Amino acid sequence: MSLTPWILLAESAEGSQLSPESTAFLTSLFTLMLATFIGLEVIKNVSRLLHTPLMSLTNAISAIAVVGSIVLAGQKVPSTTFSTILGSIALAASMTNIVSGFLLTDRMLKMFKKREPGKS
Amino acid sequence: MKEIWIQLIYLVSTALFILSLKWMSHPSTARRGIVSGVVAMVAAIGGTLMTPGLESYHWIIAAMIVGFVLGVPLAMVPLTAVPQRTALSHAFGGLAAGLVGAAEYYLRLNYQRDELTGFATGALTAEVILGFLTFTGSLMAAGKLQEWIPTRPITYKNQNAINFSLLGVALLCGALLVCFPTCWPLFPVIVLLSLAFGVLLIIPIGGADMPTVIALLNSYAGLSAVAMGFVLKNNLLIAAGALDGSSGLILSIIMCRAMNRSFTNVLFGAFGQVQAASGAVEQRTAKSATAEDAAQIMDAARTVVIVPGYGMAVAQAQHRVRELYDALTKRGVEVKFAVHPVAGRMPGHMNVLLAEAEIPYDRLVEMEEINPEMPEADVALVVGANDVVNPAARHDKSSPIYGMPIIDADKAKTVFVIKRSMNPGFAGIENELFFADNTLMLFGDAKVVLTNLVQALKE
Repeated sequence: MSLTPWILLAESAEGSQLSPESTAFLTSLFTLMLATFIGLEVIKNVSRLLHTPLMSLTNAISAIAVVGSIVLAGQKVPSTTFSTILGSIALAASMTNIVSGFLLTDRMLKMFKKREPGKS
Repeated sequence: MKEIWIQLIYLVSTALFILSLKWMSHPSTARRGIVSGVVAMVAAIGGTLMTPGLESYHWIIAAMIVGFVLGVPLAMVPLTAVPQRTALSHAFGGLAAGLVGAAEYYLRLNYQRDELTGFATGALTAEVILGFLTFTGSLMAAGKLQEWIPTRPITYKNQNAINFSLLGVALLCGALLVCFPTCWPLFPVIVLLSLAFGVLLIIPIGGADMPTVIALLNSYAGLSAVAMGFVLKNNLLIAAGALDGSSGLILSIIMCRAMNRSFTNVLFGAFGQVQAASGAVEQRTAKSATAEDAAQIMDAARTVVIVPGYGMAVAQAQHRVRELYDALTKRGVEVKFAVHPVAGRMPGHMNVLLAEAEIPYDRLVEMEEINPEMPEADVALVVGANDVVNPAARHDKSSPIYGMPIIDADKAKTVFVIKRSMNPGFAGIENELFFADNTLMLFGDAKVVLTNLVQALKE
């Protein structure tokens, strides 16, 4: 059985138990919905002072595509030279974002200082 | 059994990503946010490396080394180049998503036909379209910010019609592919159309709209990770991608509000073309002053509000601004910085530059908070800002920036504007602030003018 939303409809029509694929798909939809709401709430509270560091931090976080790239670059079955090379380029690109994203965010955040006490 | 552990690691990693963003809310906790983000990412990578079936570790290691070698110098760019670096980084993110999508489609087509369902193909198409359009779009944005490509909008006849039909054809091909997943010739067509659409989408957008565009591309990069998550059935990808997508969305909404414009207007309005009306404006003269005059007035002031803009970044004048801040503070003058949300070329650009010059962040005040105080300010000093202090936005209904929230610099008792010449700003709009009775122009390079100003204050 394939993982399609249409299958969900078919299943609901039959009134039968959900297949594991459909359950997985529904869980993913829940994850997407919850993560979006959490994201919106959390980001709303980020101080405007920090919007530039926030962007470079999210650069690093969106490089989570690294997860897919690693599997693609490293798996033997199935793979071809073509898919291994595409996976490796994708992995190098994601790794660049991870490294530069975190380093740059840290570099910028170090600069945000309060007034030293005693000085006005 | 291994799979359970990988999933649990992903769960912890997701939680840490959320905490990482939560701690970004304030400068005092933000660095904890980085630690949490790094731990989350290392956990995610470590967990993935445990995936059964991984064998070609030499490819993985080689690619990671390349990533490190490219990543470290990209993190060391001067802070004035951070907008371009951010755009470039979005391009890498989009490229990674697009390539993974393309390779997945190819593998499933040849070896795992049963995994190539209509739904999986739909998610793959979404991933590839978003990934590749983010890739070329961000490259164009980076080129504009670096000024390798003209920053003025590039327009041609029927631009929006052509762009939309391109995207329309790509979506149509995607829909066909969902119905006939094995009809592979459609796939390269989708890739090429998305690449082309990314370029065409960004070239008509002007430099001053880049804050919104960068934020939007940030969101796309996140959404392409979400689509990848649906392809690979990986909830970590979905969650982290959604966090990134919502962050980009919020930032672009803030940017649009700060310019009183809609998404559609930013993306398709080709804002910043030479305004036809500008010829009709009568010739007026602005008063100019010397650095010594300005120093005298500032010395006698109680409060000075400095309004920085993109011009400060261009002139690399943030350290001179800091010297002025020191000189004035020493004389008991209260100095504040009024930061407009869209000043500069990316969200928060000015704050980072001023922080680099070691100006304490509690001196940086947001527009909404500083405006009620402006009538009490003795001096407003505008350094390289233009449209964000143009009073026409408040009352001139014919002005293209009418309705945009501005910093009320004109309400200060005396206004000094540091500016190279009387050329109108980015949007080609005449700024009536320069001709106001209480405004004095300080002509010259921002760095030089500020140095003279500090010198005069010390004497």
